[in-house]
Amino acid sequence: MSEMSGQSDGGAEKIAIKSLKFFYGNSMALNDITLSMLANRVTAFIGPSGCGKSTLLRVLNRMYNLYPNQRAEGEVLLDGENILDASQDLNLLRARVGMVFQKPTPFPLTIYENIAFGIRLYEKLAKAELEQRVEQALRGAALWDEVKDKLSASGLSLSGGQQQRLCIARTVAVRPEVILLDEPCSALDPISTAKIEELIDELKTRYTIAIVTHNMQQAARVSDSTAFMYLGELIEYSATSDLFTNPGDKRTQDYITGRFG
Amino acid sequence: MDRYTMRRRRDTIATGIASALAAVGLGMLVLILWVLVAKGAGGLKLSVFTQMTPPPGGSGGLLNPIVGSLILTVLGVAFGAPLGILAGTYMAEYGRFSKLTSVVRFINDILLSAPSIVIGLFVYEVMVARMGHFSGWAGAVALGIIVVPVVLRTTEDMLSLVPDQLREAAAALGMPKWVIIRHVSYRAARAGIVTGVLLAIARISGETAPLLFTALNNQFWSLNLNAPLASLPIVIFQFALSPYADWQQLAWTGALLITAAVLIFNIVARFLASLGSQAK
Repeated sequence: MSEMSGQSDGGAEKIAIKSLKFFYGNSMALNDITLSMLANRVTAFIGPSGCGKSTLLRVLNRMYNLYPNQRAEGEVLLDGENILDASQDLNLLRARVGMVFQKPTPFPLTIYENIAFGIRLYEKLAKAELEQRVEQALRGAALWDEVKDKLSASGLSLSGGQQQRLCIARTVAVRPEVILLDEPCSALDPISTAKIEELIDELKTRYTIAIVTHNMQQAARVSDSTAFMYLGELIEYSATSDLFTNPGDKRTQDYITGRFG
Repeated sequence: MDRYTMRRRRDTIATGIASALAAVGLGMLVLILWVLVAKGAGGLKLSVFTQMTPPPGGSGGLLNPIVGSLILTVLGVAFGAPLGILAGTYMAEYGRFSKLTSVVRFINDILLSAPSIVIGLFVYEVMVARMGHFSGWAGAVALGIIVVPVVLRTTEDMLSLVPDQLREAAAALGMPKWVIIRHVSYRAARAGIVTGVLLAIARISGETAPLLFTALNNQFWSLNLNAPLASLPIVIFQFALSPYADWQQLAWTGALLITAAVLIFNIVARFLASLGSQAK
């Protein structure tokens, strides 16, 4: 894997969204979205509340399938394979496309078990090997040094920022290909936020990352490409540096300059 | 008088009334416990736990009803708790959006408030009348039917309190639904579910009416579940209504034993629940 981070051209296409529509019951939340995400890049989704950016993220791992009356139309190709197909195995898809949520959601288990549990779902490992994988995941999420002496403490005993990194470690531990981050820093203080942003920079060397954020500085800092969404439509999608310095659409301009949203 | 003083005064009056009523409620409880201890503790001898119920005028204890009550309670929970937990799990996890869940919840609420004597009569019709005799099994089934709605309700409520985000996070790792339920939902709701089962035990250990038509009573030592089986509530009922002083004394002692057992169970349930919330 070679990468040229910071440039949004040249990478391989990982996810291609084609004419995606999404409905909550009868109301349409996404209208005809088409965009592609490159491997080993960070794609940011920005836009005012209710614009559909979180909905879009929840299509990529079909999280919406947990609830009735939610449906998607169109195509979402992951490595060329349509994940919206009825025949798609959801558990396998979610192993490939991990997700970290807005509020930290550690399981009511020990720190160690929070990570080991996901690994055991897919692999049968010897104890030593499992311990190594857990350590690797915690190191990958820049949490190891803080928790290595209390792996048997409850995951809920950690601070908010640590819990969020635990959730990232848990996601990374099952070796996904894509990581979806749904406003991962909105419940965190600036120091924890900085740590997670650093982490995102590191993670993209191994994963394809999609991040939804309300914080435009954050999008500008961490992403390679940015998509601006408004009222369920994709208004503008381009390299992050272009979108923030030279927006092509009046609405994008208004949003990033703080005129609405 | 200005508005502030008025408001202060009204606050004082309202607080006073609320405190007085709380004291009345607590006072009743203390009174009941005090009478039980005063009348029951005197008869609390070793023989109560080692001898069978006596004939009038004879000496004896409560061994057979104590053992009978234990058997009936354990069997009742063994029948009712798994049913209640599994049904509650269906309602909170699988059938959350289904019509069946609302129907079951409605019927369960009726069952929850059904007079227990009706349940006794039902089991009498279904089991006792058909088998031709009273039996421990029938008593255990009747108690089991009382356990179901209590456990079902608490299980559903406790599982509904588990945040959806936790389920989504588990699903996002690719966990199959049954793994999420067993390892995430149950664990997060464990203290509450256990409390529900303990409360159901406390409830059935004092039930008399459903046993009248099912397990009936047995003056003698018997572990045969196909025959009438002694139980504390029924013996209390029978002995308390009798004209014999030593039977009445045993009834008081039995009542004290049941109350103490229920009290201990409730304290354990509280303790477990607080342990569970600390772990979070």
